[in-house]
Amino acid sequence: MEYNQLILSSVLLLPLIAAILNLFLWGNSRAQRWVGNLFVVLHLVVSALVLKQTVAHSMIVLNVGDWLHGYGIMLAVDALSAGMIAMASLLALLAWFYSYEWFTSESVKALFNVVYFFLLMGLTGAFMAADLFNLYVWFEVLLVSSFVLFTLGGKKAQLEGTLKYVAINVFSSTIFLAGIGVIYGLTGTVNMAAAGIALDSLGQSSLANVAAVFFLVSFGIKAAVFPLFFWLPATYHTAPIGISSLVVALMTKVGVYVLIRFFTIVFPISENEVFRVVFMLIAAFTMVVGVFGAAAQSDFRKILSFHIVSQIGYMIMGLAIGTPLAIAGALFFLLHNVLVKTNLFFISGLVNRVAGSYSLKQLGGVLTQFPLLALVFAISAFALTGVPPLTGFWGKFILAKAGFMAGDWEIVTVSLAVSLITLFSMTKIWNQVFWKPLPQGSSFSVSTFSQMAKSYPSMVLVVLCLTVIILGVSFFPNQFIEYAERAAQYVVNRTDYINAVLNR
Amino acid sequence: MKTVILAFTVRLLMPLFFLFSLFLLFRGHNLPGGGFVGGLLAGIGFFLHSMVFGATETTKRYRLNPIRLMAVGLAVAVVAVAMSLFVGAPLMTGLWSSITLPLIGKLGTPVLFDIGVYILVVGMVLNVTFILTKY
Amino acid sequence: MDVLLSILTGLLYAAGLYLLLHKGMMKMIIGIMMLGYASNLFLFLVAKLTRGVPALIPSAADTIEVPFADPVPQALILTAIVIGFGIQAFAIVLLKRVYLSTRTANMDDLNTTDKLDD
Repeated sequence: MEYNQLILSSVLLLPLIAAILNLFLWGNSRAQRWVGNLFVVLHLVVSALVLKQTVAHSMIVLNVGDWLHGYGIMLAVDALSAGMIAMASLLALLAWFYSYEWFTSESVKALFNVVYFFLLMGLTGAFMAADLFNLYVWFEVLLVSSFVLFTLGGKKAQLEGTLKYVAINVFSSTIFLAGIGVIYGLTGTVNMAAAGIALDSLGQSSLANVAAVFFLVSFGIKAAVFPLFFWLPATYHTAPIGISSLVVALMTKVGVYVLIRFFTIVFPISENEVFRVVFMLIAAFTMVVGVFGAAAQSDFRKILSFHIVSQIGYMIMGLAIGTPLAIAGALFFLLHNVLVKTNLFFISGLVNRVAGSYSLKQLGGVLTQFPLLALVFAISAFALTGVPPLTGFWGKFILAKAGFMAGDWEIVTVSLAVSLITLFSMTKIWNQVFWKPLPQGSSFSVSTFSQMAKSYPSMVLVVLCLTVIILGVSFFPNQFIEYAERAAQYVVNRTDYINAVLNR
Repeated sequence: MKTVILAFTVRLLMPLFFLFSLFLLFRGHNLPGGGFVGGLLAGIGFFLHSMVFGATETTKRYRLNPIRLMAVGLAVAVVAVAMSLFVGAPLMTGLWSSITLPLIGKLGTPVLFDIGVYILVVGMVLNVTFILTKY
Repeated sequence: MDVLLSILTGLLYAAGLYLLLHKGMMKMIIGIMMLGYASNLFLFLVAKLTRGVPALIPSAADTIEVPFADPVPQALILTAIVIGFGIQAFAIVLLKRVYLSTRTANMDDLNTTDKLDD
C-alpha cells in the first residue's frame, strides 16, 4: 500500500487499536500500562514520520472511501496540521507517563487507560479533518472522552465542574451543527475548500455572515475567548492533574486551530473588515480580562486557568492581524503556550503531592526545601511572561512586530501591557508558594528532592523533560519559527490549500 | 418489578426482539435500518429482561460481559475499516465479494462494519443501563 | 409545510435553551434532548423537503430521475443523532452521580467551583 496512506491511516488508527486492546485487558491494569506505553511511543514515531513527509511534499491528502476529491470525506495534512499532530502526540506521551502515579483505584485506572486513547484519537482526527462535519465528529469524540476523564476519581468538585462543562459544550455543539447546516444550505457541500470557493462566488450574503457568526460563537466557546470563557475557570481546575494538563493545554488550542482554519479558508476575514475589527476587540478583551482575573485568584490552578484565557487572546490577535508574519507568530506562540502551560500544571500537581494543597494560603517554603523545583517553576513562569531569551519572548516579539508592520499599534500596546500584569500574577504565585515560609501547621510529605524523585519518579522525570524541551526551543528557536512561517504561508494563501485538496 | 404476566411475556418476547434487530441490521444498507438501530433494539430486549428479573439474573443467564462486547464490536469495526488498506485502496473503501447469501444479501466490508457497530451498541446500552440500575 | 417545520424547529430551539438554563437537573436533561432534536430537524430542513426517490440509479436506467432525496444531510442527521444519544447517556449517568454526591437536585446550590476564595 502507498506510504502516505499507510502513515495517515496509522496515525489515526493506532490510538483506536490501543483503546480496543485495553478494553480487552479490562481489570489487568499492569498489562494495560504496557500496551499504553507501546502505543503512545508508536504514535509519536508515526507523527514524526507524517511531519517529515509533509515537510518534503508540502501537503498530503487522503480520500477516505476512494471517492473523488471534494465529494467524500477527506483527510488533509499540511504543515500546520502535521505540526499540531506532532505536538499533541508529544504531550500525550508526557501526560501518559505523568499519570502513572496519580490514580490509585483499580477501576479508575482501567477506565483511564481506555478513554485516554479515545481522546488521543479524537485529537489526531480533528487536526486532519478537511471538511466541517468530519471535524464535528472528531470534536465530539474528543469532548466526550474529556467529559469521562474529568470525572475520574469522583470527588464532589469534579462532578460539579464536569456538569457545567457538559452543559456549555452541548450548547456549543448545537450551534456548530446549525452553522454546518447553514453552510450546506448555501453551498451544497461541507468540504472546507469547496465551501470557500462557493462562498466567494456568492459575494456578500447575509446568510454567509450568519454562518460565520455561528462558527465564531461555537468555537469561541471551545477556545475560551471573551465573553464566552467563563466556563474555563469554573471547570478546568477541578480535574485530575495528569488529564488537566493534556486537556487544558490542547482543547482550547484545537478551538483556536479551527478558528484559524475556518476564518482563513471558508470565510477569509482579511477581506471582511467588520469581522476583523470584531476579532481585534475580542482579542484585546480576552487578554485584559483573563489577566485581571488571574491577578485576583488565590488558588494555584485557578490562576493558571485564567492565564490560559489571557494567552488565547494573543493567538486571536495574530489571527486578527492576518499577515503571514502575524499568523506565524500566533502558531509559534501556540507551541510555546502548550509546552509552558502543561509544565506549569504538572509542577502544580507535584507541589500538591508534596505539600498537600493547591490553595496559596496553605502553601509556602518550597524554595528552601526543593530549590530545583523552584528553579524549574521559575523557568516556566519567565517563559510565560515573555522574558528573553525564553520562548514567550520570541512569540510576543513576532506578534508585536507583525502588529506594528500592519499598522495595528493599539492592540500591540494592549498586549505588552498585559505582559506586565502577567508578570505580576506570576510573582504572586512565586511569593506565596515558593518564597514565603511554610505556614504553621502544614508540613511536607517528603523532605528532599531525591526522596521526591523516589516517591514520584515519573512525575519528576516528565517535569524535567518538559523543562529541557522548553529550554531547547528557547535557545534554538530558528527551526520552529521557520516552520511556523511555512505553515502560515499555507494558511494565508488559501489557493494553495484549495488546489491541493480539490486536486485542480 | 416481577409480576407473573410480565415474566411470562418477556421470556416469550426475547427471541422476537433479537430476530427483529437482526432483520433491521441486514436490511440497513439500501433501506431504512442499520447497525445502530438494530443494536438499540437488541439492547432494549436485554433491558426489558433486566427490568423484570434484575440485572444480575440477566447477566448470569445470557452470560453477558458489556465491556467485552464493546471491545469485540470495536475490533470488528476496525478490521472492516482497515481491510481495504491491504488491497491498496484508501481507508474505509467498500470491498464487496461476489458471495450472495439468501437472507443477508451481498457480503462486504460495509456489512461487516455494521455488524461491529451492532455489537458495540448492544454492549454500550447494557453498560449504561446496568450502571444506572446499580446506583 | 416548509414554513410549519421551520417554525417548529425554532420553537424547539427556544424550548431547549430555556430548559437547559433551568435550575432543576431533570429539566436540564430534557433541554439537552430538545436541543438535539432541534439541530437534527434543522439539518433535515436544509435538505429541502421534496417527495423523491432514494439517491440510487436503477439498474436499467442511465441517470437518476430528477426529484431525488439528498443523501448527505440524511447521513449528517444520523451521525448527529448517534452522537447526541451518547452525550445524553453520559449526562444522565453524570446527573445521577452528582445527585448522589451532593444530595441536591437544585443546580443553584452547585456553585462552589465558581467562588473566589477556596
